[in-house]
Amino acid sequence: MAGLLGIILQRLLLGIATLFAVSIIIFVAVNALPGDFAQSILGQGATPEAVEAIRNQLGLNESPPTRYFKWLLGAVQGDLGIPMSQALFQSFTGSSTGGDVVTVFDQIIPRLKNTMFLAGVSAAISVPLAVTLGILTALFRNTAFDKAMNVSTLSAISSPEFFLAYILILFLAVLNPVFPSLSNIFPGMEFGDRLNKTMLPALTLTLAVTAQMMRMTRAAIINLLASPYIEMARLKGLSPMRVIVKHALPNALAPIITVVALNLAYLVTGVVVVEVVFVYPGIGQLFVDSVKIRDIPVVQACCLIFAAVYILLNLTADVLSIISNPRLRHPK
Amino acid sequence: MSQISRRSLLKTGVAAGVLSATGLPLRAQAKKGGRLRLGIAGANTSDSWDGRTHSDSYMIMCAHGAVFDCLTEIGADGQLKGELAESWEASADAKTWTFKLRQGVTFHNGKAFGADDVIESLGMHTAEGAKSAAKPIISAITEMKKINDHEIQMTLEAGNADFPFLLSDYHILMFPAGQVDEAIAKGIGTGLYQVETFDPGVRFVGKRFPNHYKGDNAGHFDEVEVIAINDSSARMNALMTGQVDAVNRVDVKTEALLKANPMVTIMEVTGNQHFTFPMLTANAPFDNMNVRKALKHGINREELVNKILQGHGQVANDHPIGPANQYYAADLEQNSYDPDKSKFYLKEAGLDSLSVDLSAANAAFPGAVDAAQLYQASAKSGGININVVQEPDDGYWSNVWLKKSWCACYWSGRATEDWMFSSAYEAGVPWNDTGWENARFQELLLAARAELDSAKRREQYTEMQSLMSKEGGTVVPMYANYVDAHSSKLTNSGTTGNVFQMDSSRFMERWWFA
Repeated sequence: MAGLLGIILQRLLLGIATLFAVSIIIFVAVNALPGDFAQSILGQGATPEAVEAIRNQLGLNESPPTRYFKWLLGAVQGDLGIPMSQALFQSFTGSSTGGDVVTVFDQIIPRLKNTMFLAGVSAAISVPLAVTLGILTALFRNTAFDKAMNVSTLSAISSPEFFLAYILILFLAVLNPVFPSLSNIFPGMEFGDRLNKTMLPALTLTLAVTAQMMRMTRAAIINLLASPYIEMARLKGLSPMRVIVKHALPNALAPIITVVALNLAYLVTGVVVVEVVFVYPGIGQLFVDSVKIRDIPVVQACCLIFAAVYILLNLTADVLSIISNPRLRHPK
Repeated sequence: MSQISRRSLLKTGVAAGVLSATGLPLRAQAKKGGRLRLGIAGANTSDSWDGRTHSDSYMIMCAHGAVFDCLTEIGADGQLKGELAESWEASADAKTWTFKLRQGVTFHNGKAFGADDVIESLGMHTAEGAKSAAKPIISAITEMKKINDHEIQMTLEAGNADFPFLLSDYHILMFPAGQVDEAIAKGIGTGLYQVETFDPGVRFVGKRFPNHYKGDNAGHFDEVEVIAINDSSARMNALMTGQVDAVNRVDVKTEALLKANPMVTIMEVTGNQHFTFPMLTANAPFDNMNVRKALKHGINREELVNKILQGHGQVANDHPIGPANQYYAADLEQNSYDPDKSKFYLKEAGLDSLSVDLSAANAAFPGAVDAAQLYQASAKSGGININVVQEPDDGYWSNVWLKKSWCACYWSGRATEDWMFSSAYEAGVPWNDTGWENARFQELLLAARAELDSAKRREQYTEMQSLMSKEGGTVVPMYANYVDAHSSKLTNSGTTGNVFQMDSSRFMERWWFA
């Protein structure tokens, strides 16, 4: 197990280096966009003096490297800063209203919880669905059922998400009002209500991620079906279902876990469009709003969260596939 | 109502109650109760209850339209009436104004409303370091004197007949004195609805404030929920599927679909919102008045209204005063599309043909680039070659507007003529996007500002509109309607305000479930 711990430690260090690189890329990218926070927040009222006043106030006039390192210094101490919009609001009042300064954390945490809830619901639907369909299509491979499943999941994954979202709205909200098209969940909502409102975005995400997981499951199992020990199991007279679930599946777990982890990461990071379409108050919408006004501290924090989710889930996938494979668990 | 002369209305305001006694119909039919859900665009995570920062429709509707009150209010019929002020009186030079405040009004936290609240609330806009959009209005007050708890006298640096009008501005909300910070944090006003929940950029829930001074005349819902829906398709969907009862900013491209739904009613008013093509008149060739005239006859306004606004607008006449303004000169001679006139004015300018750049981006107004291209096509036969330069949306207002000689722009309009003119057409103001400096215009502007005689003001403002239309540096092709939509279950008195979207942002106050 020492080897495993070593791998985890090494991966975590690499992950931190990745986060660092991501933060630089985001900073450069946001700065490369035309316009800055002062200009976008002032809009038509952007007189040169007003723009200059806000830039001075928020330190936007300092050179980008200085600003970046200031931010970095705070970030390594766990302080992601204050959203520019909030800092500006403080200055609008003329005096600091004192006390409750809204930090980037305060703004992100409730949104992140919502996004996690959505990802959780989507995963609870899509993972069992994809794995079951994968097993079934492997079992009935090259039948009409297999082909129908492949065609439908592949068409779903090939369509842009907003299109899937509108199709679902059309069929499940407009023509047959089963679910609400507006996912305006809020704290203190009953779980049933919350689930009901989250259903359409969750189904959209399910359609977007199922195909890959299903096809990977199918391929991994079919790959094994040619191996001698499966041959043996068949010759013993076991039913095809039993051969697949008991004999093939455990050995196919590693690739399946990897693809599931990747898709789970997508459920957190790929929600931007879906959240906007369904007005779901998650981190994706916050991200879009913040990019729009060039609120760099919030954009940075969102990106770091997205990157961290990817890194952690990938790490989890690697660890799990090592654990699921005795040969990797006990290296010679 | 028409028996009351405009003059007496201008000089002294009368409380709404007195006015309605002269015969406002239908009030009695309002039905109380229910929970109104609105889907509103224009929300931001940076939203707060600080009126000084408000600029987008969401907070204007929640603060100005529900939680807070101003001293004065523009009624659905466009007439000024008292809100927290009961009546007011001006000195003959319109420099000194005395306001009588309504008695027995309380804030949502129980504090009584009085003169101190007014003084502190107005002072917020001129506080050290504060950046309020209403600063120009308030900084014109040189002295505020509390006569007693319910009477206050304000002295202006120069006469301004519109002063009570200006106090109806959505930035100038009344906060409780000594508790302003708390009131901004929690949303404590004197409005019809008190804050239950407020999640910036997500949702606001308000409960009807019991024993409100407007009584049974307004605020008919028990509860209101305002959901932030910035995405236009999501907003339309929410209304179509009955998730919300009304939405603002209907996408005119999908308006036909909404119309086909019997459960939905479109609410459309022409206000002062207008789209413009300002030229910097200091730069050649726009310094030549004949060139400007040639350009004004090169645009096909009807075509723009039909194709860019899909018919949801009205042709405008190269001045910024709109149908929702008091002294809108509707019968001015209309600048129309006429290639021969364009050619004629070019010849007057000593030119055979004209080539100019027109900068546009959809940040200026929705469809601005298409509008510029239509302009390009129509101007061609008058000998004008317009080269449309497509600019990036980001930073448009900083890098293009006021910088490029000719560009696209929009104005939401102002409640009074003086306010509109002095925002963008007074000599030397920062937003003078045409560099317009005209001695006669300037003289009229100052004279009309202090003029209390309504008939005289009408003359002055008509001449100013005519001057701008004939000689000014901006092409104003059209007024864009405010197009909102609501469930057919909702109704109002029959008169819908046109100062701003959603019944002048007072949907929650003036509507009810039939």
